Formats: sequence, structure tokens, C-alpha cells
Amino acid sequence: MGERRSKSFYILAAVFIAYVLFLYGPMFAIFVLSFQGPEGGLTFPMNGVSLHWFRKVFEGNGVVNIGAAFKRSLALGAAVMIITVVLSVAAGMAFRKGFKGAAILFYTAIASLIMPSIITSLGIALEFRLFDDVMINHANDLGLGWFAEGWTTAMGLFTSGLGAHLTWTLPFGLLIMFAIFNRFDGRLEEAARDLGATPWQTFRFVVLPIILPSVVGIGLFGFTLSWDELARSSQAIGSVNTLPLELQGLTTTVTKPDIYALGTITSAVSFLVIFLALFIIQLLQARQRRFGSDAGKGMI
Amino acid sequence: MIEDRKSLIAWLQAGPMMLVFVAFFLLPLVFVVIVSAWDYNEYEMLPALSFRGYSDTFEGCIAQLPELCTILKTYAKTVKLCFLTWVITLVVGFTIAYFLAFHVRSKTWQIVLSLLCTIPFWTSNVIRMIAWVPLLGRNGLVNQGLIDLGLIKVPVEWLLFSEFSVVLAFVHLFTFFMVVPIFNSMIRIDPKLVEAAYDAGATGFQTLVNIIIPLAKPGIVIGSIFVITIVMGDFVTIGVMGGQQIASAGKIIETRLNALQFPAAAANAVILLGITIVIISALTRLVDIRKEL
Repeated sequence: MGERRSKSFYILAAVFIAYVLFLYGPMFAIFVLSFQGPEGGLTFPMNGVSLHWFRKVFEGNGVVNIGAAFKRSLALGAAVMIITVVLSVAAGMAFRKGFKGAAILFYTAIASLIMPSIITSLGIALEFRLFDDVMINHANDLGLGWFAEGWTTAMGLFTSGLGAHLTWTLPFGLLIMFAIFNRFDGRLEEAARDLGATPWQTFRFVVLPIILPSVVGIGLFGFTLSWDELARSSQAIGSVNTLPLELQGLTTTVTKPDIYALGTITSAVSFLVIFLALFIIQLLQARQRRFGSDAGKGMI
Repeated sequence: MIEDRKSLIAWLQAGPMMLVFVAFFLLPLVFVVIVSAWDYNEYEMLPALSFRGYSDTFEGCIAQLPELCTILKTYAKTVKLCFLTWVITLVVGFTIAYFLAFHVRSKTWQIVLSLLCTIPFWTSNVIRMIAWVPLLGRNGLVNQGLIDLGLIKVPVEWLLFSEFSVVLAFVHLFTFFMVVPIFNSMIRIDPKLVEAAYDAGATGFQTLVNIIIPLAKPGIVIGSIFVITIVMGDFVTIGVMGGQQIASAGKIIETRLNALQFPAAAANAVILLGITIVIISALTRLVDIRKEL
């Protein structure tokens, strides 16, 4: 590669720009169209500019309760995020030490990541159905009659739904931990140990501050992947719907721009979370640069 | 003693994640396999050994030979869509990764441009599908543009709710899964190798074919596994972008589930799983995933 930009650079740069337009262009189109006037339709041209369709979404159109789905998705996303961060960091630390079964856990995570979502979703649905069946029909034989009285289902947002989302977010969390520790200087831990730090102190005051920006990244993956998750939730969420499921349902019935307004709101939440996370990561990295090393600054 | 303690702590740290996978991934898979061999009637599954789920799936397949029966046609179509998507995402993903890895020189720009490619991945897939409607629909921008240019007189119908729009959406949604692993392999290629090839008189194309592609192979394989498994099992994208009119391996399962024919759905899932495992094991022959992280 020479010092001057070659011709291929400009060709590839053009391809890259085209790809970025391809990625963002359609999304941008629905953001614009969600501000259609009250008489406007699903396509261009714009028929006036208004917030009419956003108002429609918040009022609800009688069929689906978007506000409730919104809150459910938000709560589930937060729960998935917290669990993903905690379990991934813990498992990442375990992989650093090494343990029997490490390879099994690793391959299970990879398998969970690439398993076609419908199969995972179907499996969870079957598991819970069979469990419900046992509780309803056979609880007395097992001496659990008192517990199973009036049992309907164990399926729900924070049981089967949460589990379904975790099978999708945990592998990402684990892979990010792998990427972090591949670049991690183990001598820092040794130094902390030599200075008499307990394992917890080593983690809390040495390891965690260094990996924190990437841990925020895991949280970002945890929330956004759950917030938008659809295929795995489809069979495993129980009687209530998350926001993406409502949206998918609307694609076949709605012929008005309120679906774009809902899309814009959903994306706004995604972008808010993304930029918040990126901002926190920036902040943490800047902090690390300021306090990270006093090498070459003389004795203080 | 200390070693014991250490491994006990490691177990406690990894245990919760393993438990989640056992409860929500491994056990469910076992249930899929078991239930696939159960009997069923119109409204419930019956726990008795039966291969009705499988035989119903392939009903009439032998009688209709040499014509393909519905299930085989559906699988052929799924494989076709999968292959098209794979080729396009591979070419596009490779090009983008190549640009990012070899032509963007400053680290900061590399991060900014990578983020630009990643941000859509963190937003909703359904919305990114719906987003094509105002562009490709009957009165969409593309049709209007073509009419205004005088290239066509009546709107083109195959732009939306067709195999075209399904593949387009796949490429739109999943090229990211190619870019990341290929980029990851490429940035680990020692620049000296490329320089050496250049100094030895290799053309750009020769360097690409003889140096970069072989060294980026692990990334290509991992990206391919992602794209192929996602597309083979997909039912959401095919549903929304195909206007619920195109059948696929994933959609069969969904249809059976909606009819509450759980054993039949499970049987189809087992078939899909088998095909997926064959594809993945063929691909992993080419590369050791664990070494690549």
C-alpha cells in the first residue's frame, strides 16, 4: 500500500458509502413518513407535516395497547440487560481461571447463538406446556396439590420470555468477555495479588475499572437485542406481547402511517440507549486515560 | 487446597450461565426431539410413540415422484433463498470489511465507520423490514422514479412481497454478520505480508486471492455459519417481506404451531436442525472456531 490513495480506495469508499446509504436510507424514509399529515398515506409524497400519527399511537387504536407493550418491553429489556452483564462477567472471570467443562459451556453458548430461533422458541414453549400439564393433571400424585391449585401456566414475560431472550444475549456477552480478556494484561492482577489484595479487591479495584467500558458494551447488547427480539419470543412469551411482536402483528393489518410513528418511537428508544451507552463508554475511556497511568510523570 | 478452592469459585462463577443454558436451551432441545416422536390429534399432543409428525410432513412425497412434493419444494426454495443471500452478503460483507481493514488507516476512523455499520444492528429488525414498504411498494419511490424516468409505464409488482424483497431484506439485515468476523480476521493479517507480496511484484488481485482471502478464511466461514443458520430458520423476514405468501422451512414450523400440531412442528424442527448441523459441520471442517476468538 503506497502513501498516496490508490484508485481502488476511491472505488471502495464509494461502495462503502453506498452500503451505508442502503443501511440507513429506508429507516430514514419511515422516520420522515411518520410525520405525515392526517390525510397522508403509507408512501411519499408527504401530505403535510404533523404529529397526528404519534398522537394516534399514544391514544391507542382500540385493538392493541401499545403503551402496555412498551412498558413490558422496557422492563424485560432492563432485566435481560442486568442478568446478561452479571452472568457474562462472572463466566468470563471463570474462563480466565479455567475450569472443567469450560469447553462444554463455550460450545453450548455458540450453539445457542446459531440455533435457528424458531427451534429454541418451540422448545421452550414445549417445556413450559409439559410442565403446566404436569402441574394441572398430576400435581396430586406428586404431593404438590396445595401448590398447583388453580394452576394455569408458568409461561410468562419473566419466566419463559426472559429465558428465551437470555439464550440470545448471553452468547454475545460471553464473546465480548472473551474479546476483552484476550487483550487483558494478566500482570496487573498478579501485581495486585502481590501487594496483598484479596481476589475480590483485585476484581473490584483492578480488573473491573479496566474492563468497565466493554461491560457497558455488554449491557448495550443485552438491552437492544432484547428490546428488538422477535423470533425467540414468538412462541415463548405467553399470553402477553412485547413491542416487536405487536409491531409484527400490525404489519399485516395496519394501512395507515401510525405503524411508522410506532417504528420511529421504538427506534428513538434504541438510538437513545445506543448513544447513552457510547457516551458512557467515551467518558470511562477518557477517565482511564487521565488516571490510568502515571508512567513517565515522575515521583509524586 | 488452593487449586480446589479456585476451581470451586470458577464453577460458581460459570454455573449461573450454564444453568440458564440448561433450562432454556438444552432441555428445550431435548423436548423438541422427544415430542417430535409423539402422536397428536386436532387440539393436543398425545404422549405415545408415533412418527406421524414425520410421516405427515412427507405425506405423498413418494407417490408424487418425480414431481417434488410440497415439503421438498419448500426446502428447495429455502435453500435457494439461503444460497442467494449467502453469496450476496459474502461479496458485500467482504468488500466492506476489506475497505475498513486495509484502506481506513486511522484507528479513530476505523472505530467510527465500524460503529456506523453496527448501529442498525442494535435497532429493530421489524422496523428495518417495514422501512422498505414506502420505497418498494406499488406507489413507492422506486416505482414512481422509474415511471418519471419513462422506463416503465405501469408500476412493477415484484419489488415488494416477493422473493426479491425477501433476499433484499436478508442482505439488509444480516450483512453485518459477515462484516464483523471477516474484518476481525483481516485486521490480524500482518501488513508486512501484503507489503512483501507487493514488493515481489504481485498485482492487487493476486495479493487478494493468494494472501488476503486464505488468511481471512476463518472469518468468512464464521460469517457464513451465521448467515446460513439465520436464513435457514427464518420465518419473520420471509413472513413480513413475502407478504405471508412464501413458504420456508421456518414458516412450516410456525404454521404447524398455529394449528397446535406440536409433534408435527417438533418433527419439522428436528429436520431443520439436522440440515443445519450438516451445513455447520461441513463448514467447521474448514476452521477451528475457538482459535479465532
